[in-house]
Formats: sequence, C-alpha cells, structure tokens
Amino acid sequence: MADLQSQDYIRRSASTLTPPSVRNHDQEVAKLIDVSRCIGCKACQSACMEWNNLRPEIGHFEGAYDNPADLGPSVWTLMRFTEHENEEKNLEWLIRKDGCMHCEDPGCLKACPAPGAIVQYANGIVDFVSENCIGCGYCVKGCPFDIPRVNPVDHKSYKCTLCSDRVGVGLEPACVKACPTGAIMFGSKADMTDWGGERVEELKSRGFANAGLYDPQGVGGTHVMYVLHHADKPSLYAGLPENPRISSFVGLWKGIAKPLGLAAIGFTALAGFFHWIVAGPNEVQPEDDLEADHLLHGHDDGTPGFDDHRDAAE
Amino acid sequence: MSYPAGTIVRNNTAARINHWITGGCFTLLVLSGLSMFHPMLFFLSELFGGGQWTRAVHPWFGVLLTVSYAGLIVQFWRDNLWSWDDIAWMAKIDRVLLNEEEGVPEVARFNAGQKFVFWSMALLVPVLFFTGLGIWEVYFAAFTSIEQQRIAVLIHSLAAVAAIMIWIVHVYAAIWVQGSVKAMTQGYVTPGWAWRHHRKWLRRLAATGSNPPAPGAGTELRR
Repeated sequence: MADLQSQDYIRRSASTLTPPSVRNHDQEVAKLIDVSRCIGCKACQSACMEWNNLRPEIGHFEGAYDNPADLGPSVWTLMRFTEHENEEKNLEWLIRKDGCMHCEDPGCLKACPAPGAIVQYANGIVDFVSENCIGCGYCVKGCPFDIPRVNPVDHKSYKCTLCSDRVGVGLEPACVKACPTGAIMFGSKADMTDWGGERVEELKSRGFANAGLYDPQGVGGTHVMYVLHHADKPSLYAGLPENPRISSFVGLWKGIAKPLGLAAIGFTALAGFFHWIVAGPNEVQPEDDLEADHLLHGHDDGTPGFDDHRDAAE
Repeated sequence: MSYPAGTIVRNNTAARINHWITGGCFTLLVLSGLSMFHPMLFFLSELFGGGQWTRAVHPWFGVLLTVSYAGLIVQFWRDNLWSWDDIAWMAKIDRVLLNEEEGVPEVARFNAGQKFVFWSMALLVPVLFFTGLGIWEVYFAAFTSIEQQRIAVLIHSLAAVAAIMIWIVHVYAAIWVQGSVKAMTQGYVTPGWAWRHHRKWLRRLAATGSNPPAPGAGTELRR
C-alpha cells in the first residue's frame, strides 16, 4: 500500500537485481493471533477499516456471522466463524481472523509481473505498492491463502499491509491495538513464537492435546501466526490450508519457464540468423524463369497456355 | 486491383488483408505478452502506455487475432491438407535448408514447413484464446477457480513461447525464400518463383488455366 521504506526491501517483485537492502538489521516482526482467546467482537475489523480508511459496500446477510461475507478490495481482514462439533458432541465456536499471512516466501510476490508492485521489507512485511500494480491478478494465483482481491474499479490489488505505515514508525498494527482480549499480539517474530509456545502449553494443560502454533514452513513460515486448539486440523478453521505452499504450477511458470522460454525464443532467432550466414537467401535463378516460361508458353500441341486464361486478375 | 503482366496471383487482396491483421495483432501480442512474462522485458509495456494499459489491451488483441486467424483457416485450410508428398519433402529437409533442391519432391501451393506453421498456429491460437479467457481478470476471474487460473496461465505462457518460436520460423522463412514477402504484400509472384518453390502448384495452374488463388486451385487434376 505505502511505499515508505525504499531502503530496506529484501524482495521486490519482477526484479532481477538485488533491491536496496542496507538497513538489514531490522528485526523480523510477527502478529500472533490466538484463536482460543478470540471472542468474535470484530473490533479488529473496525480498527482496520478506520486506520486504513476502508468503507466496504454494505452487503447482504448470508446466514452466518461473517460480515462482510468475504475479503475484498476494501476488506483486508475478516472474522470467519465456524461451528464445530467436537468428539464429545459439544459445540466449539472457532473464530479465525483471516487476512494476509505475510509469508516469508510470498507467492503473490513471486507471481507478480510488475516491477516493485509487491515488496517485502526486511522486517518481513509483504506490501502492495498500488502505484506499480497493473491489475493482472497474478498475485491471486500466486497466493496459497486466497487473500489478494483486485478492485474492479481501479484495477489495483489490495490486502492487509500489516499496517506497515504504523509499524514503520514504531506502532503496532491497528487490529492489535483494538483487540480487547489480547488475542492479537504483535512483536518480534522470535518473541511471538515464544509467547505462542507458552499459549500452546497452557491450552494443552487444559485438555487441548492437539494445540499448536500455525507457522507453516511450506511458505518459509509466516509473519502472521495462529495459536490453534486443533493445530492437527487447521482446515477446521474456515478452510485454513493444512500445508500451504506456492502451487507447483506457479513455481513452473515463474521458475524454469521464464529463462527457458526466453532462451528458446532467442535460440530460434539465432538459428535463423546463422542459417542466413551459412546457407543464405534462396533466390530464383534464371533457369527457373526459363523453365516456367517453357511450361506456360511452350505448348507445341496447340493447347492453351497459362496466359490465354489469365485475365487482368481481380 | 491489378497485378503486373506475366505474374501469378499468390494471395488475393482479402487473404493479404486478413494475413496482415493477424500479423499485426500477433506482433502486438508478442510485445505486450512478453512484457508480462519476464521482468527484463517489462519495459515493453511502455509501448502500450504502461503496465495497466498493457494488461488491459493485451486480451483484446488476442480476441481480434483469434477472429482473424479463423479467417485465415477458412481461406487456407484446403491447400494445407497434409499429404504423403509432405513426408517425402520432410525427408529431404536438409537439402531444402541448404538451398540445394535437386531431387526434392515438387511442392503444391504450400510445402510441409508452411503447413506445419499453419496447423501449429491453428492449434495454438485456440489454446491461447481459451486459456487467456481463464486469466482475463476483469471479465472472467469469477468464472474460474484459482487453481484453474494457475493451470491456464502456465499453459498460456508455454503455448505463447511455442507460438513465438513458430512465428520467428515463419518470418525468417519468408525472408530466406526471396520473393515470399512480395507474395504477401503485393500478392503476386513470378512464374520462375512458382517453378522453383511450388512447381506442382504451377503445373496445375498451367494445366487447368485456373485463375489463382482460389482455394484448391488446380486440384481438378487430382480427380
């Protein structure tokens, strides 16, 4: 969203050169979302709208507590409610705050064809720079979490910035600030991992044997982590991916296909050039003209030649 | 429209207009498509007014090209039907490439290489069109799943690379075989050119007195 910290990029979309990265002493940050402490008040959603000046269109009731029904260009975070019946036939209300996970290896950034439209700062935050976005939707294909949304009005892609503008000046993200139960915490990735570990131990002591920290390694870990009571089944939480990774189709397309494709095109052109150098042009020779002339006009038996049929064509 | 006396019509006006609409679209598609394919070629997007314009206009070039190529198929399919002679010609491709065409089978209106270009594009253009629809964010994103889009965009890029390679072969061959460009710009060739490169075609024209280049001109002989 905001292109504030141009000197601490560690990744920059569609760039073959090393981005400016001298300020690499930055600590990696992380947001820790403790699902077990969430009460579903949506204060985080409101704070996100307020800080980022987002006003999604009023939608329709879809038969669920989710409001709005889905993420959108102006809905960067969303409480997703799941009614789960556990083995004891008790209801568990699983409420997950959905939004960008700020992957260490971001699929959106990998897929993006526009230089500098997606960047990753040294602190780990993945940001969309709207000015450079061309609206192609490749980030949507790259993301393993189905997060980015392209706005049909301005053809720009949007998602949670992890309040990079706030973090850049030493504040916590707006959703963290607003959370009344401490379910959303923010700090260094190391601290959040430790704190998440403590929470997991506590949940285990309370009978949630499968509690765990969701920091999927398939995308190199994420800068938004969840504490889940059922970490063995993340998909319970409104379809949180079990083992998210960048699709191998995207990997092929943005990996080997790019250099190989250009090389193949270049090789074809070179082959043509060297053919010209070796064999040269194929030119009509005088004897071809003679032979053709003989064929067309050399009829000794009186049958009509070509020219006799030929009008001033068309 | 008249042609110089003593020349042979190779491509009529409709075919030439149709061809160059296709060629123009293809060139624009290559430039705009490559800019979104590799970061080092993103500068090409400036030709179209920047990245947003490139993204917006590329699919429309594609639609136009698909319609235009359909026209080429209608006009040229008959003369591009594969025959056993083409296998024999392919077997002597090394002689053809060295401009030493003694003993190479005579060629009708199109040789096997030209037919390969024609049918490859007849396959690749629809592939590019339909995969392109799948990733046309503005209008069709809602009709495909993200996984389908991932597959579509991979196929689209691979098919595009293949099409560009064939396009280079096509353009180079036209330069290599002197007189071919004129056949598609002015529309005519000399009898000597036809004798050298498409002798069977010339023989049929001569034998039937056909007014070329109606599709299948000269095929009366085969009956």
